[in-house]
Amino acid sequence: MEIVSVRNLKKSYGKVQAIRNLSFDVNEGEIYGIIGPDGAGKTTLFRILTTLLLANEGAATIDGLDVVKNYKQIRKQIGYMPGRFSLYPDLSVEENLTFFATIFNTTIQENYHLVEDIYKQIEPFKTRKAGKLSGGMKQKLALSCALIHAPKVLFLDEPTTGVDPVSRKEFWEMLKNLKKHGITILVSTPYMDEAILCDRIALVQDGEFMQVDTPQNIIDSYSETIWSVKSDRMHRLLQDLRDCPWVKTTFSFGETYHVTAKEKATVSQLETFLTEKGYRDIIIKAIHATIEDCFMSLTQKKE
Amino acid sequence: MNKDVIVAEGLTKRFGDFVAVDHISFQVEEGEIFGFLGANGAGKTTAMRMLCGLSHPSEGRGIVAGYDVYGQSEQVKKNIGYMSQKFSLYDDLKVWENLSLFGGIYGMPDKKIREKTNLLLGELGFQDERNTLVKSLPLGWKQKLAFSLSIFHDPKIVFLDEPTGGVDPVTRRQFWELIYQAADRGITVFVTTHYMDEAEYCDRVSIMVDGKIEALDSPFLLKKSFGVETMYDVFLQLARKAKRSDN
Repeated sequence: MEIVSVRNLKKSYGKVQAIRNLSFDVNEGEIYGIIGPDGAGKTTLFRILTTLLLANEGAATIDGLDVVKNYKQIRKQIGYMPGRFSLYPDLSVEENLTFFATIFNTTIQENYHLVEDIYKQIEPFKTRKAGKLSGGMKQKLALSCALIHAPKVLFLDEPTTGVDPVSRKEFWEMLKNLKKHGITILVSTPYMDEAILCDRIALVQDGEFMQVDTPQNIIDSYSETIWSVKSDRMHRLLQDLRDCPWVKTTFSFGETYHVTAKEKATVSQLETFLTEKGYRDIIIKAIHATIEDCFMSLTQKKE
Repeated sequence: MNKDVIVAEGLTKRFGDFVAVDHISFQVEEGEIFGFLGANGAGKTTAMRMLCGLSHPSEGRGIVAGYDVYGQSEQVKKNIGYMSQKFSLYDDLKVWENLSLFGGIYGMPDKKIREKTNLLLGELGFQDERNTLVKSLPLGWKQKLAFSLSIFHDPKIVFLDEPTGGVDPVTRRQFWELIYQAADRGITVFVTTHYMDEAEYCDRVSIMVDGKIEALDSPFLLKKSFGVETMYDVFLQLARKAKRSDN
């Protein structure tokens, strides 16, 4: 059953169309990832859904409630963690959490089971002012504050931006645990490797969803032939691959290049081409696309 | 033999009892792309601020572009470029005005500013955007402009602090091609990133844990010595040892 429903949503800032005619549904209890770069419209969408911004056209409901008419009821039922740290820097860790519990007419004790896993990691510092916390601790406090009133739907706007890979992994573990409590989570991120941790994802660019599906289905629907290519002299290889008649696109992926091949091209053709150019230690493998390959392919189709 | 353009010897920064950067020593060669990795709170930003002449070391020595970061910090600043994720561009100035302002701040003569502006706009394919306000440029273009601006005064070294955060995957890769071009011209690149695939694009990578440099080598040798397939796994092994309570 869908708990978030969006129909023909549009929002412009002057000439800039931040959201272009978006329609989608989020099912109850799922982790729904909105994946795309800065400027794609992620924050605008979150602000509309959390009743903080009015759309120009279209409609959206949260648990059947309209984001414009029923905004007061919606605010009781959602939790929102904005991209920018928005807690009170001059209040202590505990005071911040108490404050958010109180304005929602509840107490820390009442919903402690929801935040326990996260909050207990910062509880040793509960008398420290929030402004004096490190980045990772701020993130955990912000998540605790967004959860303390037991919301049905949680909106997390780029919770892992600027966070190192290990802490990002830990954060996703926390989200998986929250899912067990039945909370629906909408989360936005510019990191493509996080897509795989969501139940469903929307790949977003320029205010439009390019594709919406499970990560696996998106990977399976990738239609190009894709190879990873490696050799000596990697630096020069990039240009030669781009000039190669069998190759459509070449992008660097860590220590290899991901190459999409033209129709009917074969691995041995490319190998011959590179051998004739004098490359050694050539390794060409047929691979499965990653979400990042899918994203790049979709943006290029659009252009 | 190549010249070292960054030398750190026992570089240390204390804030009260807290040792943010704990006796780090390393050298970076001219024209090298040097990746500076570490978990949040490991001390990367503090170390970088010392190398840029923005923060005095409590102990140890840092030589950047031939100048001492303690005694000659103004000379250091003149000879380096810096770009952060927040792109230090002025949104309400036109493209050419931004270039002119930065050139002026670094004391470049007007004639040279004009020449370099034409050259740079040509290289970037931005000729038609000369009079465009920076705020109306797409994000990817702003990023390219910010990078070009950081090396506009021909610094010996450019410090890039998470330059690719938040940009789309295609632009992120194009950006690295700009980095390679700069390195080919002999500019040394000192870069931090949270994208582990980008660690692979560096000539050498250092990984900081709790204020110390725990590993420093080429990506190939790091993976080999840790017996793992990816830089992510190298990072994971080291970051797990961290005791400092960022988390």
